[in-house]
Formats: sequence, structure tokens, C-alpha cells
Amino acid sequence: MAPILTVTNLTKKFSGLVAVNDVSFSLNQGEILAVIGPNGAGKSTLFKLISSFLRPTTGKVTFEGETISGRAPHAVARKGVVRTFQEATIFKALSVRDNVLVAHHLRSRAGLAGFFLGTTRARADEAEFARSTDDILGFLGLKDLADAEAGSLPQGHLRALGIAIGLATNPKVLLLDEPFAGMNHDETMRAVQLVKGVRDRGVTVMLVEHDMPAVMKISDRIVVLNFGQKIAEGTPSEIQRNQAVIDAYLGSEDESIGI
Amino acid sequence: MMSDRLQIIGYAVFAVVMLTVVPFFTVLAGRNDYLYTFTLIALLSIASAGVWITFAIGRINIGQSAYALVGGYVSAILVATYGVSFWLSIPLAGLFAACIAVVIGLPILRLRGVYFSMVTLVSTEVARLSALALPITKGAKGMVNLPMPGPIAIGGITLVPDFATLENPRIAFYYVAIILMLITFLLVWRLMRSRIGQLFVALQQNEDLAQSAGIDIARLRVIAYAISSFLGGVAGAVFSAVSQSVYPSSFTTQDSINFMLNCFLGGLGYVFGPIVGTFVLRFGWDLLFQAQRFQLLIYAAILIGLMLVLPNGLLSLIPSRKGAKR
Ligand SMILES: Nc1ncnc2c1ncn2[C@@H]1O[C@H](COP(=O)(O)OP(=O)(O)O)[C@@H](O)[C@H]1O
Ligand SMILES: [Mg+2]
Repeated sequence: MAPILTVTNLTKKFSGLVAVNDVSFSLNQGEILAVIGPNGAGKSTLFKLISSFLRPTTGKVTFEGETISGRAPHAVARKGVVRTFQEATIFKALSVRDNVLVAHHLRSRAGLAGFFLGTTRARADEAEFARSTDDILGFLGLKDLADAEAGSLPQGHLRALGIAIGLATNPKVLLLDEPFAGMNHDETMRAVQLVKGVRDRGVTVMLVEHDMPAVMKISDRIVVLNFGQKIAEGTPSEIQRNQAVIDAYLGSEDESIGI
Repeated sequence: MMSDRLQIIGYAVFAVVMLTVVPFFTVLAGRNDYLYTFTLIALLSIASAGVWITFAIGRINIGQSAYALVGGYVSAILVATYGVSFWLSIPLAGLFAACIAVVIGLPILRLRGVYFSMVTLVSTEVARLSALALPITKGAKGMVNLPMPGPIAIGGITLVPDFATLENPRIAFYYVAIILMLITFLLVWRLMRSRIGQLFVALQQNEDLAQSAGIDIARLRVIAYAISSFLGGVAGAVFSAVSQSVYPSSFTTQDSINFMLNCFLGGLGYVFGPIVGTFVLRFGWDLLFQAQRFQLLIYAAILIGLMLVLPNGLLSLIPSRKGAKR
């Protein structure tokens, strides 16, 4: 498998604190890669660097052979690298359907003026977005909630909506930051199936997650961070046996060891 | 919230009343002063519509007077100094204001919350001082005795007569202002019901998420601010013709604050909110004139009370089907 996204010697310093320290790895086309590590290890920062919400101090991120670090986040999303947020992040006051509809924007062929005037092309876009929205909502089990105000959804559905918004952009790489947080066991197992379904749609997935059983179940490969550094990389079974990983988890206050 | 249908029907009724009943009775009663008040209200609500649009992207704009002032001067200078038709000067004033908004908006729209508001608050003062200082705006004396709007004729047919030849130009100005207001709010309605409106609301809700969904938030913010300022410029342009003058103090910081209050009062969730807010605020102020030195005090108390009791504005008083979209 060819790498679709490559992280090279990525470092991010926050006034003295090194949140991500010289991290390198690559993401292969069509895989699910999990990034794990104790709280504060730098996982979210890594995602923000990849999606270009943060500028790296040094190092770079390349996507399909092109450097994307340093570009505007919306431009990186346009290329096909899209992140969801650690906190269930949605457009609260919009309906569930409108949340997904609006996130289709980067697929539009009509310009803004076209949408204002209601040109043929704009109407074709709208019809296509509506169809795709129904498809995504159905896929994520949100169809019955389409008209509900997004802010009123329970946690599990909020996460699903976050993923739906990500999918609406038609991403090539989807970065999910703790997609299973706040879910009970059953919800998590369903969400695991959903994420696998996302991958089966041809989207390469990278996720940060604390729920170890879920991580072991879902990922093809795992990258482990500790204090900003990559301490291990490998398949789930390799990681489970890795002494450095076990030490990192045992040495931390993190309750979700579960390895 | 009210259904779309109810809002449009209400708007249509309002339009008919403003175009027929109101001018009929005011002229019958010989109350040119009311006609003038309604003309002002129409212009102020156009400027308020602009402020409402910046609210839609989640920015509190307390600087609309700056753009109204710019529009007033651009129109006055074009008409009085360069002999351009007043009618042409309206869109040109709007465009000029929009261009300034793009230049100023690019840096300041990065600011959120109170920081953005503070900068806009200062901008009215900057516009006033510029008008005082620049030679072309004629300083504190202002630009006075501006010519009346000329005729509009297409192929020899006069569509609009020369205002200077009219017996009662007040009623002509009334119609200009009311029609402009009606068109403005229909266009804003259309804008907000289109994808652009949806994108504006997405910005208001969460800029980071919008950005991660590939939306160019910087560009959209500037577009919203430019439209907002365009409307301020248009309102200012017509105002200068109505009063046949424009001074550095024609639009003040107090007006900027009022534009914002009009939006709050009518309801930020309703496209037509600024019209309602402007009518109520203006007439409320005039009615309280009897209270003399207590005018401001009572007025402020009522405003505070209204905002506490009706945080979603006066239009939220009208009942609606549950779950209807705004
Ligand atoms: N914007 C920021 N400014 C300063 N420090 C930050 C910032 N974001 C994260 N950090 C710090 O960087 C470290 C890594 O944070 P983060 O990437 O959120 O960890 P994780 O997601 O693995 O829990 C933490 O010590 C955190 O406090
Ligand atoms: Mg995190």
C-alpha cells in the first residue's frame, strides 16, 4: 500500500512546552490508523497540525505528494484532509439535516452568486447535496432525527453527526478525534462498525481514541505517542506486546490502560 | 418561530400598507412631518438590515454610521461636485462603502466578540474626523444645498420626474425610501434563504468547524461585511438627498448603537426584525417626547425590560407552528 499522507519530523512547541516532538510516520491508502497515548501526549495537537489548524514549528505534512502544512485549514479540507473535533462539535442551532447540507459546500460547482440567483447549476448542486445528505444520514442512523435541532441530540448521536459533517465534505482522509468518547459499550461497538463502514466507502481513517478494546478492534495499525514523542508503531498485537508502550501507560495516571 | 409563509404574507401586507394607506392618510391630514419620519425610518431600517447581516455571521457591528456617512458623502460629492445623476450615485455610494469594508474587514473580522465590536465602535468616530479633515468633504460646514434628484427617462419616456419640479418632493422621497427598503429586505430574505445564508449561520455557530468543512470563512465574513456596508452606504446616500445636506455629524455613534438596537429589538432570528425594531424604536422615542427630561431614562428602562422579557425580539411574540424553521 502506498502512503497517502506522510508526517515528517513534525514538531510543535507551545512557548517552551514541546507538545509534538519530531514525529514521523505515514498513513496508507485505505487503512484505519489509531493514534494512542496518555492524556497530554500530543495527539490532538498532532491532528491539528495535520489538518493545518496549527502551523508546525518544524517538519512537514505531505498529502498525495504535496506539502499541506502551513496552508489555510479550509484549503487543506478542500484537498481532502478533514478533521472532526475532540469535543462533539456541530452547528448547534441548525437542524441535523442542515448541518450535513452546509458541510457539502466544498463540493459545489456553482459560485456563491449562483446560489443567490438560483441558477441551474446551483439547483443541480442543491439536489445533489440533498441526495447525498439523505444517504449519509441513513448510513449513520440519523435519518429519523434529520429535522431535530442538532444541539438537542444525545452524545452518541452528536458524535455520529460530527462524522456525518466530515463525510459530507467527501474526504480522502478523515481524522477523528476521540470519536467514541462518552459512549457506552453498545454505542461504541456500533460506532466501530460505522467507522469501518466509512473506510469501506474508500475513506482513509486516522483516529485518536482512549477506548483500548475499540482501538484494538478497529485499527490496522497504531502509532503511540508519549510526551509528544512517538514511542511505538505497529499492528494492534505488536503494540499490545510492546514494553515501551506498557511502561508509558503504567507510568501514567491514565485509567484507560486496558492493554 | 414563525413559518416562512407567515412572514412573507405579513411582509406583503406591510408593503401594501406602506405604499397606499400610509401616504394617503398622511397627505390627507397634511402631515408632511410624518411622511418625513417614515422616510427616515425606511432609510434607517436599510442601514439596520446591514447590521443584521453582520449579526448573522456572529459579529456585533456598532459601526454602521461610518458607512452611512461614507455613502452620504460619496453621493453628495458625485452629485454636487461632479454632476453625476443622484440615481446612479446610490449604487456607487454603496459600492464605495463596500470596498472600504473589504479593506477594513479583512484584518478586523478576525476579531471576535467584544474586540470586533470595539473596533467598529471607533470607526464611526474615524469617519467623522475624516469628514472634518478632508478638503473634498468641506469640513465642519458640511455639504449643503445639494441639488434635488433629476429625472429618469428611458427613450424619451420620463419614468421619474425631476424632483425640483415637484410640488411636494416629500412624498416622492417617501416612495424612494419605502421602495428601496422593500426591495432591500426582499433581497436579504432571499440571501438568507439561499445557501449563502446557511453558510453565514454556520459561521456564526462555529467558525472552526466551518473551516474544517472546507468553508473559506475569511472570504465569507468579508462578503457579509461588504453587503452590510453596502446597505449602510445606500441608506446614507438617500439620506443626503432627502435632507439635501450631509455633515460630519449626520450619522453618529449614537446612530450606530441604534442600528444595532433595532436588530435586537425586532429579533435577530428574523430577517424583517430590523424593520420592526426601527419603527418601534423611532416612534417609541418620539412618543416619549412628552416625558421631557425623563425621555432617555424611561426609554432606556423600557429597552432593557424588553430585552430581558423578549430576548428573541418583538417578532417572537407572534405564535407559530412548532418546529417551523425561522
Ligand atoms: N494551544 C495550546 N497552547 C499551549 N499548550 C497547548 C496548546 N494545545 C495543547 N497544549 C499542550 O500540549 C500538550 C498536548 O496536548 P494535546 O495535544 O491536547 O494532548 P492529547 O490530545 O494527547 O491529550 C498538553 O500538555 C497541552 O497542555
Ligand atoms: Mg486530545
